[in-house]
Amino acid sequence: MAVLERTYKQYEGRLSTEWSRFLIIPRHAYRDVFRSKLFTAFFALSFLCPLIFAILIYLHYNASALGLMRLNVRELLPIDASFFEAYVVIQGVTGFFLTMLAGPQQVSRDLTNNALPLYLCRPFSRSEYVVGKMSIVIILLSAITWAPGLLLFLFQGYLEGWSWSAENIWMASAIFLGSLVWILVLALMSQTISAWVKWRVAARAALLGVFFVSSVFAGVVNQLFATRWANIISLYNLIANVWAGLFGLFVRRTSEIQEFRQGRVIREVVMSEPPLWASWFALFLICAFCLWLLSRKVKAYEVVK
Amino acid sequence: MDYAAAAPNDPKSHGSAPGVITLDNLSVRFGGRPILQELRGELRGRAIGLLGPNGAGKTTLIHTLLGFHPPSSGTARIFDRDIRGDANQIKSLIGYMPERDSFISKMSCVHFVRFMAELSGLPPAAALERAHEALFFVGLGEARYRNVDTFSLGMKQLAKLAQAIVHGPKLIFLDEPTNGLDPPARQRMIKMIREIRDSGQAHIVLSSHLLRDVEECCEEILILKEGRLVVYCNLEEERKANKKFLMLETRGDQKAFAASLSTLGCEYAVTGEHRLKVILQDGTEIRDLYRLASAAQMQIRRLTFKRDSLEDIFLKAMENGHGGS
Repeated sequence: MAVLERTYKQYEGRLSTEWSRFLIIPRHAYRDVFRSKLFTAFFALSFLCPLIFAILIYLHYNASALGLMRLNVRELLPIDASFFEAYVVIQGVTGFFLTMLAGPQQVSRDLTNNALPLYLCRPFSRSEYVVGKMSIVIILLSAITWAPGLLLFLFQGYLEGWSWSAENIWMASAIFLGSLVWILVLALMSQTISAWVKWRVAARAALLGVFFVSSVFAGVVNQLFATRWANIISLYNLIANVWAGLFGLFVRRTSEIQEFRQGRVIREVVMSEPPLWASWFALFLICAFCLWLLSRKVKAYEVVK
Repeated sequence: MDYAAAAPNDPKSHGSAPGVITLDNLSVRFGGRPILQELRGELRGRAIGLLGPNGAGKTTLIHTLLGFHPPSSGTARIFDRDIRGDANQIKSLIGYMPERDSFISKMSCVHFVRFMAELSGLPPAAALERAHEALFFVGLGEARYRNVDTFSLGMKQLAKLAQAIVHGPKLIFLDEPTNGLDPPARQRMIKMIREIRDSGQAHIVLSSHLLRDVEECCEEILILKEGRLVVYCNLEEERKANKKFLMLETRGDQKAFAASLSTLGCEYAVTGEHRLKVILQDGTEIRDLYRLASAAQMQIRRLTFKRDSLEDIFLKAMENGHGGS
């Protein structure tokens, strides 16, 4: 290493490929993310669910184990679409908490320390920056959601017979697509909140609020106006509908309210869930809104007009 | 004094290497307000000083060249590449040291500089090696494993310089590099800038409020006023052009000497009992003055060339400049 030369000289070696440069951001970010013991412990714990699901699949095909437990696991917990949907839901929620720990500080730290000009004065665009920051969450959550999910699917296919895999390949795509949609929504939302809320604790609270408060708010609106359409403002309902739709389990529930006065029915209200396309559309709108907010904030310098 | 930059079609521009930066009617507006107005010129120097009062548009010009703000009309070229169309190519050739504190927190200095080198396209191993080299070059070798958050202002300035040069750019924009530095640290920074300039491997654009910094580092200056280019000149040539402006301190018959100056066609002004200001005409040598003084029985005790300092040039530009580029 020529540290003693101490002269200025140009670099004339080979350069890395341009398309892969966004991956530099997550590679360096993980060094900081995994420095947190809380995060590392939580990340390790999030592999518990795939492990339990793998054990359940194993028990299905292990006659001696079934005999020992004297339980009919095959009937108690059939391995079908709802089994894998449950897996996606549990890991999706786990991924949300993981995002809460790793996501909110990523952009805000750069904005607080005026680091954006340093990124953008290089051959590195704003979109590469956003994709790079999002990929911190995308890679982490992929490791705990669809990647082990597909392994579970392969495991089940191996034990049941490959013909089962061929017949149910749509379940594999549902695991992948369902997880990916959720990961993208989380990555975009966490980066947007991070760009607009510079204080990390407040950013985490905001992310939590978007998830839980929206559900509570939707419930209140549904009650007040005797409708179910407010579910499209509940993030949990939206993604739950999308997951159910992908696994072929979506049912557009309808309920009825009857208003009585002096023993007579004076009003009947039929309430039905928004259709599946409304959930997809609402998620698309949320993502578009997040991208718009990010594009307003991720700039080398803000111009005060 | 030529207060306008050599325009791209200027005969003076022809026949030499292409300019480092070519400004082609570059204008920038923010919210309808003009910030830069029709800048034209071809900047060629190894080290170019960017001067102007607050709000003149120095930083906006640098930001526009870096692609942070789109031009509202006109364009600019860096190493003959258009800033509108070849932004990525240009960015791979330049380094930028921002004026404000800019760093990535919770990173050691060497990690930070290495990260920046990787973003510039260097492979990880080369980036790490160059990060160490750059930090030793700027004098942060001993502190390179400390977090940048813990650095003093002067150290942060050096870290900013290191990240600007780590990938070995051909053109380096330095925005107020001596801000907040104590005199010894300022001297070190100036020395490093000169070293980079003298290495012949990079061009430097130095934006500063401090005329002394620019005078010590730059061979060319560009002065902006109210978003217009009012002066672009070579400092050395500008000084040479003014060497015929003399200040004399005399003893003896000053009146006879002054009268004889007219015979040489020189203009003069008596500024004191024993003081004269003389403007030599072309073809007149200093020895002619001594000859006349001898004939007039007068002694010339002191003779000084009055050279325009950068401050003179700057002040004249501020008085006269109405954006005559």
